[in-house]
Amino acid sequence: MKNKMKIRAWMDKDKTMVKAIIFHPMETGMRKDKKTGKKIPAHFITEVNCVHNGKTVLKCLWGPGVSKNPFISFRFSGAKAGDTLKISWVDNKGNSGSKEAKISA
Amino acid sequence: MQPQRRTLLQASMAVGTVALAAGAGLLSPRAVLAAWPKQAFEARKLPEALNALLGNAQASNSDQVTVKAPDIAENGAVVSVTVTTTLPNVESISVFVPVNAFPLAASYELSDVTDGFVTGRIKMAKTSDVIAVVKAGGKLYSAKKGVKVTLGGCGG
Repeated sequence: MKNKMKIRAWMDKDKTMVKAIIFHPMETGMRKDKKTGKKIPAHFITEVNCVHNGKTVLKCLWGPGVSKNPFISFRFSGAKAGDTLKISWVDNKGNSGSKEAKISA
Repeated sequence: MQPQRRTLLQASMAVGTVALAAGAGLLSPRAVLAAWPKQAFEARKLPEALNALLGNAQASNSDQVTVKAPDIAENGAVVSVTVTTTLPNVESISVFVPVNAFPLAASYELSDVTDGFVTGRIKMAKTSDVIAVVKAGGKLYSAKKGVKVTLGGCGG
């Protein structure tokens, strides 16, 4: 589960399209364990940074209302094929992960 | 509000908690965005969440903001939402579900090279509007889209 992420980034004319999935349970803290009846503690990603050339092109602030295994898609300009895009995240328990992807043509 | 009291509060407590940052945010919304806006995410009502996140609870409807979401979501746990805007100088795009326990689902901060377009997947407790609020040039613009949820996505 930990640190798993899929990133696809490619050039669409002069823009860069990005699609990414981060594998994370995104527990709201309101769900109950069916066996024990106890609440499952909240566990969700709070912040995601998408960085190109040292510049944050998209910063996501998330709450527990974001679906499990969150998906994001966005578009930005100023990059070229072969450049690296780095996506990193942190969650409310202090876990973090990051991954780099090459932007394809 | 009482801005002075807020400043005092912040000054008297050196602990840099997120709640304090959000309190100070009433003076400068930018400061809130520096840290995770706990107060906004824990707000139980839409206007509170809006105010805590963007420092303003008033957003005007705009046809330059579009929310794309399914008419019917069979599974409220995964509702794909795309927000697009043609407004210039977009600073952030936020997605709210008013009927959820915590209306604020996600907020995206855009850079000057990022297009006014973002897709994400959110949870919806029941049938409701999905509200997108775009902050552009210091003002708030909103649009909404009704989604019929046949199976709720919060709680178990």
